[in-house]
Amino acid sequence: MAKQYEFSSRRLPYLLVLPQMVIVFVFFFWPALQAVWQSLYMQDAFGLSMIFVGLSNYVRLFKDPSYLNSLFISFAFAAVVAFSAMILALFLAVQANRRIRGAAFYKTMLVWPYAMATLVAGVLWLFLFSPNVGIIAYFLKHSLGVDWNHLLRAGQAFLLVSIAATWKQISYNFVFFLAGLQNVPAALVEAAAIDGAGPFRRFWSVVFPLLSPTTFYLLTMNLVYAFFETFPIIHQVTEGGPGQATNILVYRVYKDGVINLDLGASSAESVILMLIVIGLTVLQFRFVERKVTY
Amino acid sequence: MKRLVIALAAFALLCGTAFAEPVTIEFWHAMGGKNGDVTQAIIDKFNASQGDYKVVGVFKGSYADTMNAGIAAFRAGQPPAILQVYEVGTATMMAAKGAIVPVYKLMKEEGRSFDPHEFIPAISGYYSTSAGQMLSMPFNSSTAVMYYNKDAFRKAGLDPAKPPTTWPEVFADARKLKAAGYAGGLTSNWFGWIQLENFSAWHNLPFGTKSNGFDGFDTRLVFNGPLQLRHLTNLYNLSKEGVFIYGGRDNAANTLFTSGQVPIHFESIGGYGAMKSTCTFDFGVAMLPYYPDVKGAPQNSIIGGASLWVLAKQSPAQYKGVAAFLTFLSKPDIQSYFHEQTGYLPVTLAAYKLTKEQGYYKDNPGLEVAIRQLNYKTPTPNSRGIRFGYMPQIRTICDEQWESILGGKETVKQGLDNMVRLGDELLRKFEKIAEAE
Repeated sequence: MAKQYEFSSRRLPYLLVLPQMVIVFVFFFWPALQAVWQSLYMQDAFGLSMIFVGLSNYVRLFKDPSYLNSLFISFAFAAVVAFSAMILALFLAVQANRRIRGAAFYKTMLVWPYAMATLVAGVLWLFLFSPNVGIIAYFLKHSLGVDWNHLLRAGQAFLLVSIAATWKQISYNFVFFLAGLQNVPAALVEAAAIDGAGPFRRFWSVVFPLLSPTTFYLLTMNLVYAFFETFPIIHQVTEGGPGQATNILVYRVYKDGVINLDLGASSAESVILMLIVIGLTVLQFRFVERKVTY
Repeated sequence: MKRLVIALAAFALLCGTAFAEPVTIEFWHAMGGKNGDVTQAIIDKFNASQGDYKVVGVFKGSYADTMNAGIAAFRAGQPPAILQVYEVGTATMMAAKGAIVPVYKLMKEEGRSFDPHEFIPAISGYYSTSAGQMLSMPFNSSTAVMYYNKDAFRKAGLDPAKPPTTWPEVFADARKLKAAGYAGGLTSNWFGWIQLENFSAWHNLPFGTKSNGFDGFDTRLVFNGPLQLRHLTNLYNLSKEGVFIYGGRDNAANTLFTSGQVPIHFESIGGYGAMKSTCTFDFGVAMLPYYPDVKGAPQNSIIGGASLWVLAKQSPAQYKGVAAFLTFLSKPDIQSYFHEQTGYLPVTLAAYKLTKEQGYYKDNPGLEVAIRQLNYKTPTPNSRGIRFGYMPQIRTICDEQWESILGGKETVKQGLDNMVRLGDELLRKFEKIAEAE
């Protein structure tokens, strides 16, 4: 049990959290409020002409088939990336947690990709799979007869950005899963073994429930990652294409806001994206967290 | 000690009077790497040439980043005096009347001689009103040309001294090159800019109504005509044959050409220097091909690149300095220097003449091909340039639809009609906002 501290002054605790609150307000709440405000206007790039349009930026979006497509793509992408990155990381963590030769080496190698910028990860995978010069694309074509061309094939493009985004996130998940696994008391696992539980049963009934706080935390982080932080991969590998096959919401916000200088539409898109992620997080805390045993 | 203090004070006083603080002029640009060095060298030359003004060049990243930085600074009340804006941002800048000072107006007010006729018409026209008043100062200009691999031509039994001049010839040669063992026959960068905007201008066809948007914001796109449809259908069919290879958006197709896999390529002349340093084979530059049965073709190609916009909220002394700097920039020797160092085209006729006299084109014939192509005929309302709001997004739409066409998701006609329909929706939105101002 953690000790409880009492502050002698009532103001002191507020004073201590103040710097953090100021940062959160200036860099998170203030821009978010600005986005909400700007989403109610149609305006030119320089802000010389502002027309109040109410919710019509939002209405326009939901009537736009390409936006609905982006919504669908984003959810599919987030689900695929979060699920794959967590399953693979859990598998690797379980393997690395066993007593094997060179465990430290494996662990180090598995954590390495996390040190890499997401953009660089995108460049790397693009280079491997580039239909013109990529070594994997060449292998697929000449050895397996797969005509790899993610520049024109929507499914392949989606697969490629999913692989790149997943690969980048595995390291992060791996570290947390490994730490979680090392906290599972060996006595519990041994007791289950003596009771006759096989390896799978031991994992599923003893280890996995004890990992649930880690899993829950990672689920939240992975969804946030897939919705927001995968931007550099999309930007580098597909630019949202071919057609709009990988045009996820966060990439649209960038394109409309930064490239097209359409702040009204871009703000409305970012508000919706924010609501989606807040909504998902709330849902997780209300429904998934109940199944978590701390 | 006391004497020293007096001496220092006297020295400081002397400095203060002898070197009056020059007026600072901020110039935000998107010229990185070698181009950035050349830009800075020109700024340094200007600063050294006089003592009244000090231009401070600031590299702000990509074109989009630079434009965003300038806009954010304007919104915050502290815009730079000069902002480099890419050609597709022209309509946005022009519509922002309260944020800019048109260059022709500035030059007139500052009593500088400024004659649009000294500029290459296809360049000055792009940044002028229909009445010929230049709104911004052309800085780095390029145009689209055809690059071809001479070694590959030899190997396929084609004459490297005679590149194809018409599209049917290009297609025939591309098929021969493919048959000679190359991965493909032709590819292209910048689909919208080269295969639609330049293609239309080169055949003297309108890209949009109202003189391609020059005469007002109530303009519509019209590039889904029969010739464009015919051209894209040809490319699509060649793509099915594996002769046309799609290399990706922007300049992603370069690797296809530079790696020697695809011997005919369409790219900006701005990439000439990079091609020279990357290609391990002998290559040539030729004018864009045309369809010989089209009356009046070829016309003239249109430019890409960027121009310098003068922003509002500067002091009178700063505007004087801006006018002096812009005048300095258009001097033939400065232009010629910029042209030779960066590969961008000279913007004035005098600079072109000077460069030619110096014999520079003997070693760099490709650059002159581009200038002759821009100057091929006097620009018409169809070939002066294009001026549409949300132009970057319209180009993205063209990319997306082209990929859907090549991927077999829609027919060429459907895709071309979609480009125009989706682009028109954006133009209506832009019109609504611009008129509210």
